[in-house]
Amino acid sequence: MKHAIDIAAAVNAKESSASAELATSLAVIAEKNEAINAFLFVDTDGAKSFAATVDERIAKGEQLPLAGVPVAIKDNLCQTGVPTTCSSKILADWRPPYTATVVERLIAAGAIPVGKTNLDEFAMGSSTETSAFGPTKNPLDLSRVPGGSSGGSAAAVAAEMTPISLGSDTGGSIRQPAALCGLVGIKPTYGLVSRYGLIAFASSLDQVGPFAKTVTDAALVLEVIAGHDPMDSTSLPEPAPSLVAHVNDGVVGKRIALVKELYEGADEEVVASVKNAVAALEAAGATIIELSIPELRLGLSAYYLIAPAEASSNLARYDGVRFGLREEGDDVTEMYEATRTAGFGAEVKRRIMLGTYALSAGYFDAYYGQALKVRTQMIKAFAKAYEQADMLIGATTPTVAFEFGSKTSNPMAMYLSDVFTIPTNLAGDAAVSVPFGTGENNLPIGVQILGPGRSEATLLAAARVLEIADGRA
Amino acid sequence: MTLPNGWEMVVGLEVHSELKTATKMFCGCANSFGSEPNTNVCPVCLGLPGSLPVLNQMAVELAMAIGVALHCTIAPSTFHRKNYFYPDMPKDFQISQYDLPINSRGYLDLPDGTQVSVERAHLEEDTGKSTHLGGSGRIHGADHSLVDYNRSGVPLVEIVSGPDIRSSAQARAYASELRGILIATGASDGRMEEGSMRIDANVSVRKAGAPFGTRCEIKNLNSLRSLQRAIDYEALRQTEVLDEGGTIRQETRHWDENRGETSTMRTKEEAEDYRYFREPDLVELDPDQAWQDRVRAALPPMPAARRARLEGLVSDLSDAQRDAIGTVVELDLDHFVIAASEAKADVSVALARSANEIAAGIEHVDKLSVENFVTTVAMEQKGELSATQAKKVLGVLLESGGDPGAIAKSLGFEQLGEGALGELVATCIEENPSEWARYREGDEKLSQFFIGLIMKLTKGQANGKAVIAELQRRK
Repeated sequence: MKHAIDIAAAVNAKESSASAELATSLAVIAEKNEAINAFLFVDTDGAKSFAATVDERIAKGEQLPLAGVPVAIKDNLCQTGVPTTCSSKILADWRPPYTATVVERLIAAGAIPVGKTNLDEFAMGSSTETSAFGPTKNPLDLSRVPGGSSGGSAAAVAAEMTPISLGSDTGGSIRQPAALCGLVGIKPTYGLVSRYGLIAFASSLDQVGPFAKTVTDAALVLEVIAGHDPMDSTSLPEPAPSLVAHVNDGVVGKRIALVKELYEGADEEVVASVKNAVAALEAAGATIIELSIPELRLGLSAYYLIAPAEASSNLARYDGVRFGLREEGDDVTEMYEATRTAGFGAEVKRRIMLGTYALSAGYFDAYYGQALKVRTQMIKAFAKAYEQADMLIGATTPTVAFEFGSKTSNPMAMYLSDVFTIPTNLAGDAAVSVPFGTGENNLPIGVQILGPGRSEATLLAAARVLEIADGRA
Repeated sequence: MTLPNGWEMVVGLEVHSELKTATKMFCGCANSFGSEPNTNVCPVCLGLPGSLPVLNQMAVELAMAIGVALHCTIAPSTFHRKNYFYPDMPKDFQISQYDLPINSRGYLDLPDGTQVSVERAHLEEDTGKSTHLGGSGRIHGADHSLVDYNRSGVPLVEIVSGPDIRSSAQARAYASELRGILIATGASDGRMEEGSMRIDANVSVRKAGAPFGTRCEIKNLNSLRSLQRAIDYEALRQTEVLDEGGTIRQETRHWDENRGETSTMRTKEEAEDYRYFREPDLVELDPDQAWQDRVRAALPPMPAARRARLEGLVSDLSDAQRDAIGTVVELDLDHFVIAASEAKADVSVALARSANEIAAGIEHVDKLSVENFVTTVAMEQKGELSATQAKKVLGVLLESGGDPGAIAKSLGFEQLGEGALGELVATCIEENPSEWARYREGDEKLSQFFIGLIMKLTKGQANGKAVIAELQRRK
């Protein structure tokens, strides 16, 4: 499949058309989606109409950064009139009356939203196995998970249904599936990308970002969706950074720290890939140091208090009163209970209970309050590390894509999938996962490059070095 | 009301005031009362998935104005989520300020010279409005409920007093003075009957000098009269319980206006755990000094200062006039009295006409120009109109506007000018020679006899003062 940047160039040059590119995408989806279950909903009519609009705009002489590029949208992002379910029964029939800022920006840039992709219910999971609508299969090995929670968006790109997609990353939900599906995935700096229209899981951690096969495509998408949005109070007050122009800046003179806590405990083949990546970056002119940041070990525990606490509040509104599922009861309390019992899956319920408990009177200080202190420690520890290094490097995930069912019976084992990615969310910083090397069964391995807030251009340039060194572009 | 057996009541008030912004607290929907249900709504104030709040700058400004007027400290503040399930609260949490309110540690001076401390005046969002059909009118036992989300997300300021109030009359005076301040700042229209100002009262009793007793909170008092009655009832109830050897349970109570009683809504044990935590969708609110200074500079005079100004215009102020000034300031009619004073018209008359006639027609006050008011007062003062006639002219001006002279003429008042009145007086003297003789000899009471005759002849349209002047002239 063509890369997004090439599609846009061809459509802008009128060598191709949005409608033709869409047709290609829809054909692949029709062929593969049944087996993979990447898309929960394919918006064929809507996409055709968007494509026609783009073709008209091009005919009038407009040049659009994502002209005619089909894009898959994670199903926790709102789009007017299009089912938006969060892969939950509680929202099964909900069609939002408004469109998320990121989706609006993609449309304005000429991209064609083709449909909504599967995820772990309310983005709570690391495999798409908690989706109420069945798991997504990893296109590289259908017996294995694509990762999660943005597994559908990752699988859509890995299966070449669309060249790019949007996911959201609360604790690794873009980077982990990117790693497991052999893609580039970006968790942008908190506030760089608007959350307006992203259905909240944990508001202080959630961030929308792209999946793509190449660093340049990922950079292109991020450039389009980033930048201040007055509808999001936590949005950074600045325009989108210039990224594509800097992907070939290289790493000469950059200080990159290999961080022990970001690969220890990972499978040997994963550690080997990380070390090979470090060597490649050094060969490209970076200065390599080794660091230990012990605070990162506390990330998982803090995350599993903060994220569920926020989720317990964010998910309160699914009460059967105004939208979504309603199960009747004799009084309003019974209706709430029946609706939420029927509507939410086990993992969502587990986290709501965990979060409710962590915020309760008498437990707040010991749990949520303590987790906030850990978060502050982590922010300080990262800041200190970034005095010594421009970037940190480690693994994205401890393993390559794992088999269905292998972790579903043990939540802790599943949670550990995100042990390397969670700290970045707690700090509000940026990180990129880029494929580098392969492991068991020739499955891809993701290397994670982390940087301080607003370091996306630097991180993407380093990722590009690895992409070239890995022979991927 | 005095409590029996040496008991003293201790009262603190929580006043919720809707802010008079054009739009809601976190979205662009109109903040207006009385629209068709569920027409002023959007994804944000309906709490639709994915929507986010953006703080209304005007709400912050009005909150600061209230803070300044209540002598509060304005400080950097944060928002929290107060979590509980209720159908009229779309997100099932309310965004409110918690440990760091925008305004804290102020006070309010009451007209009687007492002072009540203000602990905080914080920003929060209002809920929608539920109507429970069937059953008791409360949610439990209702057949079904209707919710109007027009009010959802309307900005509120909650003003929390210290436990400084010692009588229901003082509570009423505090609420009334606070209402005046809210209106004067432009922050609120203070309409308790529309629910734009609602009061919760915390009531406890103690023996003088003893530590505070256990308090009960009476929810949602929506008139000053209810406030005063509910506090009296509750304080008395508590003294009776205690005098009989019982104890007071900390609880939330409901005021039944018709029965004149409070009753238990929920006890402390049943109280919700609100699981407050920082609202992650909003950033810290830290109004810079320049903004605070602008708000301070733009603040109009408060009711106390305005009352003082009007009181300075009246010599030998009576209690009735003091009350009249209170009414004039409350209804924002100061400018009528001030204009009359500046035009050297009779301030007492202007005050009385403002506090009574204009107040009675307050809904039409826009039709009455200051010039027409001053002219009418001057006509009354000069005897061209009797008091009764002047009131009627003001009534017409308030109904439909117009020119006072023309209105007086059209009402047939103008024939009572000096010439016409003189003729009537002369006729009466001629027809009642013995009474006239006694009057001339100094029996002043007989002036009332002549006034009565003239009034009868003019169907009450004569000016008593002008009749006396005519009698005096002919003496």
